Parts: sequence; structure tokens; C-alpha cells
Amino acid sequence: MQTDELTGRVREFLAAHDPAATDRLDFLRARFDAGLAWVSFPVGLGGLGLPRAAQPVVDAAFAAAGAPDNDPRRIGIGLGMAAPTILRHGTDEQRRRWLRPLWTGEEVWCQLFSEPGAGSDLAALGTRAVPGAGPDGLDGWIVNGQKVWTSMAHQARWAILLARTDPDLPKHQGITYFVCDLTHPGVEVRPLRQLTGEAEFNEVFLTDVWIPDGYRLGGTGDGWRVAQTTLMNERVAIGGGAVPREAGMIGALARTWRERPELRSPAAHDALMKLWVAAEAGRLAATRLREQLAAGQPGAEGSAVKYAFARLNQEVSGFELELLGADGLTYEDWTMRRPSHVDWENRSPGYRYLRARGNSIEGGTSEILCNIIAERVLGLPPEPRADKDIAWKDLPR
Amino acid sequence: MNTLLYTDVEQELRASVRQALDRPAGGDASRALFAGIGCAGLAVPEEFGGAGASWREAAVVAEEVGRAAAPVPWLGSVLGTAALLSAGAGDLLPAVASGGLLAVLVLPLSTPPGAPVPATVRADGQALTGTVTPVADARDAGLLIVPTPDGLYAVDAAHAEQTPVTALDQTRPLSTVTFSSAPATRLGDAAAAGEAWRAALRVGAAVLAGEQLGVADWCLSSTVDYVKARYQFARPVGSFQAVKHRLAQLWVEVTQARAVARYAAGCVADRDPDAPVAASLAQAHCGPVAVRAAEECVQLHGGIGFTWEHRAHWYLKRAKAAAIALGTATQHRAVLGELVSLPPR
Repeated sequence: MQTDELTGRVREFLAAHDPAATDRLDFLRARFDAGLAWVSFPVGLGGLGLPRAAQPVVDAAFAAAGAPDNDPRRIGIGLGMAAPTILRHGTDEQRRRWLRPLWTGEEVWCQLFSEPGAGSDLAALGTRAVPGAGPDGLDGWIVNGQKVWTSMAHQARWAILLARTDPDLPKHQGITYFVCDLTHPGVEVRPLRQLTGEAEFNEVFLTDVWIPDGYRLGGTGDGWRVAQTTLMNERVAIGGGAVPREAGMIGALARTWRERPELRSPAAHDALMKLWVAAEAGRLAATRLREQLAAGQPGAEGSAVKYAFARLNQEVSGFELELLGADGLTYEDWTMRRPSHVDWENRSPGYRYLRARGNSIEGGTSEILCNIIAERVLGLPPEPRADKDIAWKDLPR
Repeated sequence: MNTLLYTDVEQELRASVRQALDRPAGGDASRALFAGIGCAGLAVPEEFGGAGASWREAAVVAEEVGRAAAPVPWLGSVLGTAALLSAGAGDLLPAVASGGLLAVLVLPLSTPPGAPVPATVRADGQALTGTVTPVADARDAGLLIVPTPDGLYAVDAAHAEQTPVTALDQTRPLSTVTFSSAPATRLGDAAAAGEAWRAALRVGAAVLAGEQLGVADWCLSSTVDYVKARYQFARPVGSFQAVKHRLAQLWVEVTQARAVARYAAGCVADRDPDAPVAASLAQAHCGPVAVRAAEECVQLHGGIGFTWEHRAHWYLKRAKAAAIALGTATQHRAVLGELVSLPPR
């Protein structure tokens, strides 16, 4: 479909559904039903079966008309991770049930993957699911375990969940992928306070939670393979749009330098310029990666961009605090809060410094990223594996 | 459009250059590069007998020169050609573009960005007197382009005295160039000399970044190959995380250096207003990356990397000397601060 035809469809839709005069949710549901939600999804499931590259045209046309959006920052996990997995591995019934309210934002999703004992080594997870009948005698699973680092769990209706269904198999083989209804009894969500003083994330405790068998995605024991779809889409989602020079944390530092000449010294100037150069190099590398992806050249540079971003954020924010001297000794507020996203721009330098420590841990630690680059890009030999052919229950822990 | 990717034409050029440089003797490689596949005229407009390409393609050539650590006078030629193009020396350009005449800019290789035209050579009528050192690639030059505070001059290399300098980088010949009332042709006045000087330094910085990228790329890939094949403790040394992570981090840096070098080459090719920033950014970033890559190459090759027999030392010396050539990273960072309104005081 040509761009003209696509924007024509959006125009027709807008003519029939005036954004100013239509209820927000009705508008979003109608947009989904017209196939103009995620156009790369199949017809009937909010899309038109078009390439992913067609999406920005549609989003821009809706934004230009002042149409309400689905607040993608709030439902990022649903859009970026749950939806592609449901589409790829779900049954027709599952797709019809879950995708529409997911996209409109009526139902928020979260991810129950990491555990206290399974971080970088996700496949070692120990949350157990055993066959068991539900309240109405329906076939299903009884789940027990503890999940951690779950953003949005306190607002979510649904979760994608990895649980162990066969502990006698090696760790990658005995996992099954479920959708968990968080309103079911036995689900307890507790805020996980982090070193910035607030809680973006949660701990989720599952005690005898019943999940109907119809909420299983993929085959029993096939969970690790299904999870690859989720995790691959997490890495794609990091890409983002083109950024201007001095965007992000380096911009805040540059502003401080320009506005406060009394902080300047020759040694600090060279340190500042080293960071400025590193930021610009990272920005250009990300720009080049986007060009590569647009030209259809798959690049493993995504790992490089994430690795460099974490390191830069940490160095810039650490330097900014020292440059500020006395002001660097202060912090905004230690009150426990529940932010729904990370705000680098409007928070204090102390917050930036502390929050940036998480950048090299979340979404793949820098050490794991180095392993990925070394093994998948450079082709270096993998780590010797002590856990490959051992039943999960017999692993040292 | 300033794409950061390589075009198909550039990749074909790369393949030809790689083939030309893959020769045992340096002299042959030079001839093949400049005249054989016509690199000498890449950035020269067609009306002056050139290929009408740009500094972007010249930077691709530099990448291959760096990858081979080739003792060919590419940087000297780029500096000389950039000065001639700036001065509009239409009568000299065709010979240069054909590859028959190597024109080299006479400047101390360590000249930092923003430096004024040096006053070490003075013009007296049509004769030049003075000394410049250390000058790169002048050994093989037919024509010496000499910027002076009075104007820009061209001197037949036969009319200058050259004393070789024992160079840290054995792949780029250095010499002391002395003029004793040497007959010279005036190419432009003081303003034109200043303009040619600045243009050459800017183009040189961008193209040198390509060379540094090539050096870094060779160091990384040859080290990766080595650690896969070298066994200690009954394992390839490349299976140890301490080694893998160093190489992964180096790969990240080389990936960034490629983007930065491509951006700089594109900016000087298009005479983009951002070219001064891009050129200094390229030297501030790519110089240190090449040095680190070469140092890692020596370290991760272990004992063999410290021998005279192994090629690693060519790259180490080339990288370290290139990091000083046309200004150190520190000097370029200082210039950048002024350019992007981040003043030191």
C-alpha cells in the first residue's frame, strides 16, 4: 500500500470519527477495528498486514489531527512485548480476547519473568506451575513463586509469566509461558523501593494462583522458545527515533556549564569535552544503526548502543554532581513515590546520578551485553556451560 | 544527503584499493593506488582532470591505507590536494589528478587545529628560505606546497633540501625540509594561504580519521582471529571472559569511530557548516580509539605481539603517531569547546 493510500484511509477514518466529538475509548476502539492501530498486524487484529515501516506515517497523521493516543508510555510492555508474543504464539481466541483492549490501553500488561534467583540467568527461574483444577473444576495450573523488577504490576490487569512445569528437565526445557490474570486470588503486588527513594518496580508474590489452561501461550515446556519472541522485541523497542545533538543527559550538563561560569576550571573543561565527544560519538553510532536497519542491513549494533548509553549516562551524571560542588551534596526529595516512567530532564542531578546506575543492570547487564557482542558479533567461543545437561532441580544454587 | 553508510560505489573502490595495496613492495603500491586506479584525482573536479568524486571516497581510501598500514603518501597527497583546490590552482591540478605529480603540503605533521600559518619559511620575491620539520610524505613528492604568512607557494621538490627524520611510525616517512632561496611559484596571497591552510587541516583531520578507523579495524579483527586460534589452559584464550569483554568493548568503540569518521568525511565533502566540529570531533574520538585498538592488539597477542617479526608494532606506531598528527585529542577537544559554545573559562 502506498503512503498516499494509507494517509487517505486515515483521512476517511477521521471524517467518520471526529476526534474532538468522540469519546476517547470509543475513538481508539474504532481505530483498532479499522486496522489503523498497529498496521503491521493482520487484518482483523488492529492492522492491515503492512510492513512496520508504514507505522510512523499513520501515527503522524493521527497526531496531526489532534487525535487521542493510547498513552504508549503507560502500556509499553503490552505493546512491545506481550502483543508480538500473543500474535506469534497465541490461538485465534487468545488474540481476539487480548489484543484489542491491550492496544487501546483499557487493560495494562506487565511482565513476570525475573526472579530473585534468576536475573541474568533467566532460564534458571524457579516459579512452579503444576496441573490443577480451578474453582469450577476447569483444567489449569496452580502457580507458586516470586517475581521481581515488575514495572506497572500495581496497575496491570494481565501479566506474561514464565513458570517451570518440569523440574526434571535441563533448565531451558521445562519452562511454560502463561498469561496470568492479576485479579485472581493469591497474587500479591508489593512496591520495590529502589536506591533513588521511589518505586518504579514491584515484587510480585504468587501463592496458589490458578491459571486456566486456555491462558497458556505455546506448548507445555515450550516457554523458552516463546520467550525469545518477547525478548527479541524488547531489544528492537530500544531503537527509537533520531536524536539531536546534546539531547539527553549531556544537554543538562552543557546547560549547567553555560549558565554557571563560576564552576569552570581547565581540568573540568577537558573532562567536560571528553564526555561531549563520547556523547556525540554515541549519538552518531545510534544514527548509523538506524540507517542500517532502514536499509535492511541487520546490525547487532543494538547491544553496542545500549552498552555505550549506560556507560555515558553514568559518567556524565557522575561528573555533573562533582562539577556542582556544594549543590552536588543535595538531593531533591526522598519521599517514596510511584513514577510510571523515568524522567531524566526534569529531575535533579542527584536523581540522574543514582538512576543511571540502573542503566547497566536493567534490560541486560553490561556484562551480558559484552558476552552477546563477543559471541554473536565477534564469534568468540561461548562460556563453558556447567548447567547444560543437568536437570533443573539438580543445579547448584 | 549525509548518509553514514557506505555506498556500493565506495565498497567497489574499497575492494580495488585493497587489491592495489596487497603488494610486497611499497613503491608499486603507491603507483597502483595513485595512477593505476586513479585515487590521486578522486576529490579533484572533472574540469581539472579529476574523478569528480569527493573527500568521502578519499576517506574510504584512507581506511584501506590504515588497514594495511601501507607506506603510501596518501595523507600528504590529501593535504596537498586540499590546499591546491582551495587556492584554485587550475594549472597544477591536472598533473596532480593524473597521479603523475605528487603534491605535498609542507607543514609540521604535529600542527594542532587552529594554529596560524607558521612563519618558519619567508618569501623574498619569488624565492623561499626557511625550514619545516617534521614533514610527512615529502620524500616522494614532486611538488611542495608551502604556506607562508606572505602567501601560498609551490616549489619543485628538486629545489628543496630534505633530511630524513628517524620516525616513530616507520610506515610514514618524515623529513626536515629546508629551502635556501628556493625558486617558487606564487599561488595566492596571504589570505589565500590562510584559507588553504585551514581547508587542508580540516580535510586532513577528517581523512586521517578514516585512516585511524582502518588501523583500529585491522587491530580488532586480527586480534579476534588470534584469540580464537591461540590455546592456553586447553582452551582458546578468546573463551576467557577477561579477553572477550575487552574485545567487545573495543568493538563498541570501533563501531562509534566508524560513525564519527563517516560523519566527518561527509561534512568536509559537502562543505557542511558543521565541518569544523565534525573534523575535530573525529580527531578527538578516532585518534584515541586507534591507539587503544593497537595497544589491545599488542597486549592480547601476548609475547608474539611484542616481537619485531609480528606486524602489530607497525599499527601501534602508526596509531600513536597519527594521534599526534594534525593535533592531539586534547587539542581538538579544546577547539571543540570554542566551536560548540562550551568555553574553558
